[in-house]
Amino acid sequence: MNSNLPQAQLSYWIAFKAIFVRELKLAWQKPSQIIQPMVFFLIVVTLFPLGISPAPKTLQMIGPGVIWIAALLAIMLVVDRLFRQDFQEGTIEAWLLSTVPMSLLVAAKLLAAWFISCSVLLLISPVLALLMNVESQVIPALMLSLLIGTPILLFVGAIGNALTVSLNQGGVLLSLLVLPLYIPVLIFATSLIEAASFNMDYSGQLAILVSMLLVSCFFAPVAIAAALKNTVN
Amino acid sequence: MLEVQGLTCFRQNRCLFAELNFVLSDHQICQIEGPNGAGKSTLLRAILGLFRPDEGKIFWAGESTTQQAELFLQQVLFLGHKFAINSDLTPWQNLEFWAVLNPTSNLDFESALAMVGLTGLEHIPCHSLSAGQHRRVALARLWLTNTKLWILDEPFTAIDKNGVDLLQQRFQQHLQNGGMVLITTHQDLSQNFEQLIKLKLGGNISGEM
Repeated sequence: MNSNLPQAQLSYWIAFKAIFVRELKLAWQKPSQIIQPMVFFLIVVTLFPLGISPAPKTLQMIGPGVIWIAALLAIMLVVDRLFRQDFQEGTIEAWLLSTVPMSLLVAAKLLAAWFISCSVLLLISPVLALLMNVESQVIPALMLSLLIGTPILLFVGAIGNALTVSLNQGGVLLSLLVLPLYIPVLIFATSLIEAASFNMDYSGQLAILVSMLLVSCFFAPVAIAAALKNTVN
Repeated sequence: MLEVQGLTCFRQNRCLFAELNFVLSDHQICQIEGPNGAGKSTLLRAILGLFRPDEGKIFWAGESTTQQAELFLQQVLFLGHKFAINSDLTPWQNLEFWAVLNPTSNLDFESALAMVGLTGLEHIPCHSLSAGQHRRVALARLWLTNTKLWILDEPFTAIDKNGVDLLQQRFQQHLQNGGMVLITTHQDLSQNFEQLIKLKLGGNISGEM
């Protein structure tokens, strides 16, 4: 009907990029997506010395664990509203009606969400580690475990969010669904850090975390796409 | 050509419509009527594949829409109750993003927004717009799209009188170009459409033409 057909064939890569850029624009316009998990992370970690004991020995012992638990809870906050606005505004439906596979669009959104909300946690974790008197040789291991662990938490949590997004009280159900799945990640990540603090080899724990990451990378977008398709039904 | 065969939808164990059959051909507009809760939106969503019907098949150009979903979706524009406009982005950004996912549309956002009376508001976040203007951003897609079948769920909600006329003119244009429109609305269409089909839903009537 119209001769002005710029790109009649929709390239998957262009769609992926468009979603990624859109998420960044949204985060720029509403920086609470970046600030809220970061501030939460900071507050939780800094409360521990006040609540337990500021003794360097105690802090050193609990430090990595506290940082990991705080990061886990901060990601729960992120995950809780990951798809909510898009669902309420009908964007999810529009995605389902486009000819691009839904799982690809979801993957772009997840990747953007990790950059926006989780990479900040990773960046400020060394500062908090110093605050918690974590030994300097452990900090790289802590950051490595967060680098691999936070995307797992985000992807798995996003499945829970996609399943509960249409419910009014989805938050409670989400934590019940998702927290059990978070436990293995927490166990292996903290065990990796503990091994590092004894100057032991931690490649075993690392391999398990990486395999969890690969599995969640592969299955989460597909599972989320299926869950969202069911939710709009 | 859109063909609906024996469509049956239940919701919460209540039969919305059973054995619904109709055909929509080029140049035709179909207005779906019925009281609230009669299943108008569900019918549209079932046609689009967003709602799984209990029975029945939908064919687009002779092909089943579930088997050839891509072929069908390329040719459809849908505007639902929720119209996929992000309130934190500007009208321009929203259309830009929409155009990426709907690559057969043209990219003249400026004139499309001008058509719906949003000149000068292109770069203001949508949450600062009124309800009607918000809706007009979504409706601007009708001036960008090149799809053949338009499925519109209550497009006149929150739109003023002139806007309703403007939309109907656009429908006329689209029909003349060989398009099809499937629309739910409570108001009667004020303009005269040559090939208007009315489909009544609701009650215990099985909703035949």
